[in-house]
Amino acid sequence: MATSVRATSGGSPPPAGLRSTLYRLDLKAVPYVFVAPFFLTFAAFGLFPLIYTGWLSLHRVELGGSTQWKGLENYSSLATSEFFWNALANTFTIGVISTVPQLLMALGLAHLLNYKLRGRGFFRVAVLAPYATSIAAATLVFAQLFNTDYGLINTVLGWAGFDPVAWESSKWPAQIAISVIVTWRWTGYNALIYLAAMQAVPQDLYEAAALDGASRWHQFISVTIPSIRPTILFTVIVSTIGATQLFGEPMLFGGSVGISGGSGNQFQTLSLLMYEKGWVTGALGQASAIAWVMLLLLLLIGGIQTLITRSNHKRKKSGS
Amino acid sequence: MRTSSSRHGRGRRTAVNAVAAIAVMATGAALLTGCGSDGDGAAGGSGEQITLRIGTFGSFGYDNATGAKLYAEYEKAHPNIKIEESNVADGQKYWDTLKLRLSRDSGLADIQALEVGYIAEATGPAMADKWTDLGKTGGADLGAFLDWKVKQATTGDGKVIGLGTDIGPMAICYNKDLFAKAKLPTDRAEVGKLWAGDWAKFIAAGETYKKSAPEGTSFHDSASGLFNAVISSEPVQYANTKGELDYENSPGVKKAWDTAVAATKGELTAKLRQFDEKGTWNAAFKNSKFATVACPSWMTGIIKDQAGPENQGKWDIAAPPVAGNWGGSFLAVPKSGKHAKEAAELAAWLTAPAQHAKVFGVNGNIPSTKDTLISAAVQDAKLPYFGDTPIGKIYSEAAAGITPAPISRWDGQVKTFLTDNGILDIEQRGTDPAKAWENVKKLVDDKIDQ
Repeated sequence: MATSVRATSGGSPPPAGLRSTLYRLDLKAVPYVFVAPFFLTFAAFGLFPLIYTGWLSLHRVELGGSTQWKGLENYSSLATSEFFWNALANTFTIGVISTVPQLLMALGLAHLLNYKLRGRGFFRVAVLAPYATSIAAATLVFAQLFNTDYGLINTVLGWAGFDPVAWESSKWPAQIAISVIVTWRWTGYNALIYLAAMQAVPQDLYEAAALDGASRWHQFISVTIPSIRPTILFTVIVSTIGATQLFGEPMLFGGSVGISGGSGNQFQTLSLLMYEKGWVTGALGQASAIAWVMLLLLLLIGGIQTLITRSNHKRKKSGS
Repeated sequence: MRTSSSRHGRGRRTAVNAVAAIAVMATGAALLTGCGSDGDGAAGGSGEQITLRIGTFGSFGYDNATGAKLYAEYEKAHPNIKIEESNVADGQKYWDTLKLRLSRDSGLADIQALEVGYIAEATGPAMADKWTDLGKTGGADLGAFLDWKVKQATTGDGKVIGLGTDIGPMAICYNKDLFAKAKLPTDRAEVGKLWAGDWAKFIAAGETYKKSAPEGTSFHDSASGLFNAVISSEPVQYANTKGELDYENSPGVKKAWDTAVAATKGELTAKLRQFDEKGTWNAAFKNSKFATVACPSWMTGIIKDQAGPENQGKWDIAAPPVAGNWGGSFLAVPKSGKHAKEAAELAAWLTAPAQHAKVFGVNGNIPSTKDTLISAAVQDAKLPYFGDTPIGKIYSEAAAGITPAPISRWDGQVKTFLTDNGILDIEQRGTDPAKAWENVKKLVDDKIDQ
């Protein structure tokens, strides 16, 4: 930048004071200019909505109508609302039964893909295919498979002599069905992340372990897992955020009663409750309050995870 | 996905160009002939080229492709006006978007259709000022409409914000095959007599059906459908006479709830949810899983489409136990539109008796204008799929028996809670009715921010 200024200024170099000012400006200001677009967009589409939602959550808002100050009433009514607690519990249970198996399976899958398999490239692309499928398409297919009256899964269970399972109207079957969809979609994605991390693990470690007589399983447990721990933590955080915001799968799985999470709210997640409040019953203030509670929850979970990481680091340092 | 959407975009652009080209040509023609429109006074006779946009949901039967070609007809009479319809299939989504746009006064079409379930919200204090008074603007003949239809769209201070399109008089559609197998009469007059006058008799007919019913079939499609049918025939529904939500003390809600619960307890229903997105309800039509369904006129189209040609002649329509109204819409004109006057004129024309008759002929929408209801076009109408049922006669008779109930702005929402979270829960999950009722009350208290 500084050179181009000199080149275009027509021969006579600018006085030394100005030049050094420009140089300092170049050094100090230009990086800000370069990062500005992101932060401007973030301010417009991230920060502003966040603050505006916070403002809305303190009011009684009605689409097409007026706004009234309510203070913290929206939050206090959430605390006593059994639907909020129900949605929170559902979000938690669906989150656990989808995230835990998902990440474990992804680890195993990544470990297998890390072998020198024939057609490795194909398998690596193939595990990503579910992730590339749209939620809507995948969920609609699964909803058909889990259809209580005509679905393939109940048909197969019938062959095996089991009674048909009410996949949608019973609580746990419905939550399990939704978790299956989530797991199907994200396992491959996480597997590829693990795989990338595993490939960065030095080969010598494995060789040394093999010389020490460690089996494949032992190598996996004592070499692979410790080496990719930061990556595992990353996927746990990302999956937790995803699980907290779970929306599309239960909504589409429930079909016509998807927004309320089934006739008895048996699989209504926090996001669905927020959507129902805001867009179905038009209580935008209460919906905003839920949005903020979700944000605070995520910050809380993030904080806890950071603490765990830190204590891990400390342990490692003191251990070595 | 990406390529197809961009191709779509290009196609739309071409369409826009084509429209622009046509508009230019039309302007040229208008200039050559001296003036666009004639004595109608549309667009002030200035010949200025304008586009009127109309926002609808579901099927209004106006369009040029499958409807009564009303837009083409109006454009021909008013060469300076071009009409564009934007349609949303889902009425709830349509209304949600419309509310957002109203609150921002932007993105609104010149004419917006309103469903009866939301008309109380639209005429309510929060929104009443957003609409043009169609009693004054547009030259509609309010006297031509059924009186209660006009009343529903009238605000507290006497403004008429919507003109009636169709109404939803209700009958009972029944499967003659299943009725015959269950040793019930199949003649529509006889069937009507089975339950004439009382929903309890309808339940009794269901018990009779069950005694010798073919394996795997039920008497009625869904308990929530039955709930809707019963409440649609009640003079007091979700609101009191002041238009305030009072479903807890409503005799209509109690009767509908009890009837639906009785049907569930007696296992007379197929435990389905109407309009279920997974198509289970639709499939049940094709597979003849149930013998009766509450049948507003628009339901006949659904039966025809879902039961398919292989079931032609199996279905028939009988008079309902009690006459009721389920559905119906209005056309309203937002004040903020640039062409509010022309839009009001178009709305008045679209809802005039002559146009009601044309739409009925093509789409089967039962008119909300008095004379059209008794006109030969409606009275003599027959439906071949149902074995030439005199559909016009049945539905206009049902329409005559309608006692419109006061509506509150929360009706649509409370109805959803009662049917989807109350009745459906009893029906599908075996929840105790008393507990389900408590759940509904909690839902209403929690989710409606009054």
